[in-house]
Amino acid sequence: MNLGSGQGSMSTASSSGAWKAGDVVPDQFPAGLRVLVVDDDPTCLMILEKMLRTCLYEVTKCNRAETALSLLRGNKSGFDIVISDVHMPDMDGFKLLEHIGLEMDLPVIMMSADDGKHVVMKGVTHGACDYLIKPVRIEALKNIWQHVVRKRKNEWKDLEQSGSVEDGDRQQKPSEDVDYSSSANEGNWKNSKRRKDEEDDAEERDDTSTLKKPRVVWSVELHQQFVAAVNQLGIDKAVPKKILELMNVPGLTRENVASHLQKYRLYLRRLSGVSQHQNGLNNSFMGPQEATFGSISSLNGLDLQTLAVAGQLPAQSLATLQAAGLGRSTGKSGLPMPLVDQRNLFSFEAPKFRYGEGQQQQQQLSNSSKQMNLLHGIPTTMEPKQLATLRHSAQSFGSINMQVNAHGNDSSSLLMQMAQPHSRAQILNETTGNHVSRIASSMGQPVLSNGIAGGLLTRNVIVENGRGAGFNPVSQGPSVVEFPMNHTAEFASSEIKGSRGFVPSYDIFNELHQPKSQDWELQNVGLTFNASQHANSIPGNLGVSQSVLVHQVFSSGQKSGQNMNTPVVSKAMFSVGAGSEHGNTHNISQHLNTLVDSSSREDLMSALLKQQQEGIGPVEGEFDFDGLILLIPAGIGDEDSTSCLLHETGSLDFHLASSSCCEKLFLLSQFEVKKTAPDD
Amino acid sequence: MERNPLQRQVAYMRRSLFDQGYLDEQFVQLEDLQDDANPNFVEEIVTLFYTDSARLIHNIEQALESRPLDFIRLDDYMHQFKGSSSSIGAKKVKNECTQFREHCSARSAEGCVRTFQQVKQEHTILRRKLETYFQLARQAGLAN
Repeated sequence: MNLGSGQGSMSTASSSGAWKAGDVVPDQFPAGLRVLVVDDDPTCLMILEKMLRTCLYEVTKCNRAETALSLLRGNKSGFDIVISDVHMPDMDGFKLLEHIGLEMDLPVIMMSADDGKHVVMKGVTHGACDYLIKPVRIEALKNIWQHVVRKRKNEWKDLEQSGSVEDGDRQQKPSEDVDYSSSANEGNWKNSKRRKDEEDDAEERDDTSTLKKPRVVWSVELHQQFVAAVNQLGIDKAVPKKILELMNVPGLTRENVASHLQKYRLYLRRLSGVSQHQNGLNNSFMGPQEATFGSISSLNGLDLQTLAVAGQLPAQSLATLQAAGLGRSTGKSGLPMPLVDQRNLFSFEAPKFRYGEGQQQQQQLSNSSKQMNLLHGIPTTMEPKQLATLRHSAQSFGSINMQVNAHGNDSSSLLMQMAQPHSRAQILNETTGNHVSRIASSMGQPVLSNGIAGGLLTRNVIVENGRGAGFNPVSQGPSVVEFPMNHTAEFASSEIKGSRGFVPSYDIFNELHQPKSQDWELQNVGLTFNASQHANSIPGNLGVSQSVLVHQVFSSGQKSGQNMNTPVVSKAMFSVGAGSEHGNTHNISQHLNTLVDSSSREDLMSALLKQQQEGIGPVEGEFDFDGLILLIPAGIGDEDSTSCLLHETGSLDFHLASSSCCEKLFLLSQFEVKKTAPDD
Repeated sequence: MERNPLQRQVAYMRRSLFDQGYLDEQFVQLEDLQDDANPNFVEEIVTLFYTDSARLIHNIEQALESRPLDFIRLDDYMHQFKGSSSSIGAKKVKNECTQFREHCSARSAEGCVRTFQQVKQEHTILRRKLETYFQLARQAGLAN
């Protein structure tokens, strides 16, 4: 394979679908690279298409950003790279970029006739992997494959570097390395990963069995230690080496800490900034305070949360989130999280999760109040004792059901996306495979269903300390599934897309130890975090830290045959705290907001619980969502501003602004989902 | 390779379009994309451009009629127009667009109106030339 130059590899392979998952033929690479090009100018679009075809890429073109997004959402693993214009009538190119980064974590190249420095810089900060000046020449397009390779490589590298404390025996499947023999790549292609995902059985996964790569799982405790160390040193002076020393965790490497620190920093930065919630619901970016929330319904065994969270949250942001979540008041790391505010964490009876193709299991969180297992695996600043406290308080919450209503999208995968395109964590992409991931409670049974398609949600390196806290996303194929429980747990906004509504209910409390049958395949369950766009312009990749958007996609009319409790989302959405922006959401969110708006947490909780009891019916109809993301705002209080936005498209964006919320959410990521009778 | 007078003529005309600055290197990019599978690719693109740009021109004209002038919107339209023009290698048109945008930033209504006339003019001139050129090329191709 001639990797020397993009053109060299133009083989005679036809570009039409030559490069499909499972079909990777090194010799032909990069031929068959699946490119999605978005531009409202028909002339440019046609020229680009022709150029890309000449490069032997497989091209899909669209002239609207919304179309592009739905194409991408509908087929998460269907594209390798996106090229988008900056100026588009229906959506700003940078917004699209963020969306893609959060939801699909694909490399995105921006284009514009504008070559002004500030615009190019914007591209960089939003996470574009390249910026092309129009008019685009074919030479510039020939080498775009490098971005795909690079991203892949970095992902794997992150995973590898972190090493896995727990699953030392995880190994990469040979197939992973085979496909791409590029010297620059360890051979992990999205395709190969995807393939693996598909190949892997969904069944319950043990974190050791499915992971292909060692992972570092940032469990709750570990993160707490981390945050404590950082606080001790002072955030400005905290350097990985010293943090590592302070933490004194065997098996943890400086690199692990470094990457986690980076994410944490971003998270903090995000928290301190004011995010403007952009009201374009399209974006579902939540403005108000950073949304760091680790809510995520725990799909049973789904480290969705982690996935979601992990997926894209930069370590820093995660950390921050955690801190935020935990230490509500301070919103900064190191705050012991008053998880007592557990009230904030409420368990939702989410509608069943349904994962698209493949097995669908509905997990339900037991309603019984259980401790929030969420806490587990969520790196929070909580001290272990606090955890215990939390657990107790969690009990009052009941179970959280995460309902994921997947559409009938074929791409069923649990996608948790954190705003990090590059992510360190892997994002669970939807895969057609049905993988059930079990959210391992900190008990350490991270199971990540492979349902998560290709992308692993959690892209964080998860350090698994001996406890095994945290989830190891075990998605099968994508070993990516890491639950950064610790990290991203906060972000756990899972966006469950996919086909039928499916609500996994999981009991976040106390379910830690209960291994759930979790074979379910998450279909399009994804946590999407939308970095809120705010002044802080968090880089697209890292972006998540601050605003995490939880997208909930509810399948319309999802019936909850199974305990569908009103989708948590609906409940979950609420704007909490001061400054939450209620306004930006749909009436539903408003509705939710009102729910939440009660100043007291208790009210919130009861509101939520009440809603749950009311049944899903109305909710669903109301929301018409495809998926459900469960967010549990950690604390509803002054600082918390958890706002739920209903995305215009029906997804709920949950923006957990307050740090405390984030922490809670973070914690939430760890709950287990119980299987419920399948709906269909 | 010029095998007949028509072809020579086509080549000559093409050459002069470049020399006179009507077209730039981007046009060559388009030509390079033309192949057996798309033998009229360049012409198709140019046709597409003219169809689409008519819409943009109309938008700009309308915007120029409103008072006070919305320079931001004008600049935005022109940005699109410029991007489109540059993608087919319409050099002179693109330059006029740049001028127009400068007047937008200077918030000069008079400048905008004036340069817009120039934009349209160049736009039209190029279209005629290209139409002639393609026609000639077709004839030369047929004659082969």
